Amino acid sequence: MSKIEVKHLAKRFKFANKPLLNEVNFNLEENEIYGLFGENGAGKSTLMSMIADYNRPSAGQVLFDGQEVHENDEALSEIYFMNQDDMYTKKDKVSQIFSFVESMYQDYDVDLQAKLVKEFKLDINQKLNKLSTGYQSIVKIIISLCVPCKFILLDEPTLGLDARNREIFQSNLIETYSENPRTFVISTHIIDEIDRIISHVLLLQYGIIKMNGSIDEVSSKSYSVSGPAEDVNSYVDGVKVLDEEQLGRYKTVHFMDQLPDREVPASVDIEKMKLQKLLVYIMDRGKL
Amino acid sequence: MQFDFNSPEPIFIQVATQLEDAIFTGAFQEGAQVPSTTEISKQFKINPATVLKGMNMLVDNDLLEKRRGRGTFVKQGAQEIIIKRRQEHFYNDYILNLINESKKLHLSEDDILTLVKRGYDNEQDRS
Repeated sequence: MSKIEVKHLAKRFKFANKPLLNEVNFNLEENEIYGLFGENGAGKSTLMSMIADYNRPSAGQVLFDGQEVHENDEALSEIYFMNQDDMYTKKDKVSQIFSFVESMYQDYDVDLQAKLVKEFKLDINQKLNKLSTGYQSIVKIIISLCVPCKFILLDEPTLGLDARNREIFQSNLIETYSENPRTFVISTHIIDEIDRIISHVLLLQYGIIKMNGSIDEVSSKSYSVSGPAEDVNSYVDGVKVLDEEQLGRYKTVHFMDQLPDREVPASVDIEKMKLQKLLVYIMDRGKL
Repeated sequence: MQFDFNSPEPIFIQVATQLEDAIFTGAFQEGAQVPSTTEISKQFKINPATVLKGMNMLVDNDLLEKRRGRGTFVKQGAQEIIIKRRQEHFYNDYILNLINESKKLHLSEDDILTLVKRGYDNEQDRS
């Protein structure tokens, strides 16, 4: 089983007063789907680009099976990074870009590529720079689902995609992952759409990994409890509250903790908090 | 199938419950093949491992069986097992809730028995 280890990673920019990434530590295991979340400017893209050696850290290391990824061809042939920058010649036709990528990877999945071109209704005779933002993302999505790499990093893959195309992306991601498991790391702001697809949550905040857990772990301890204020208060007494709202005597408390080990009052309603909501509370309050 | 992603139940439990319901109602017949984990995860955009976890619960409960290389099938007698188990849970799931709710509404034991009787009478009239 291959593994990527991110150790003490830091990134400082010359004229910035604070480092973007301070001390980032986490592992990427094989065959998991990670959601990488964080506010705009939290450093998600920079982090991904350093894992793929597109960018050098100021300190720390990225290891692939124990070896540094920097200029390590063996490691880098197993890590694919789909990013917002243009890696391909804009004036080339999509078909030429596809041929180019195909020539770079031995086991590139041409059948899946043909299927995706059809489903997304992509015109491969078009030049890349003549495509809409959404279709430029689609070209990159197709490549990233077809490359035979163990680790696929997707930075905002659905940027500019309409609802139908986002669905095509999600179901094909699931299908190709089931047939041929490998690791995906997906950064996105549309958390609601992938919170059931990912198996792990990574939250980047203030230059560190603020949350790192399996989705089961995280969702088995994030709840919203509502009802008459005094019943809610006595029920949730002692839990770590993230946020609360009150409308007259009706109160809702959001927390990230186990459900209290006491009887649930009949007047109290318990709901699981959606991941998106949970992350917004944490990013907003900065507490965990 | 439907999933309530706000429910406090973990998703793999909901997958198991939904599959069980489909067997109970006969939507998935005994001996018939059930959709693959990939089909279910694709349709509902759920991680395949989560779906598999839910399916395995039903395998452990003797409701589904995996046939090597062919897929997963509803076991003979699965419906009967579900009915038996739901009968056992009926008291906890329905009767205790009924008593709880009736207390809040100040309905006595006799009131409830009368209402239950009325329900059955209406049912008979209709059929």
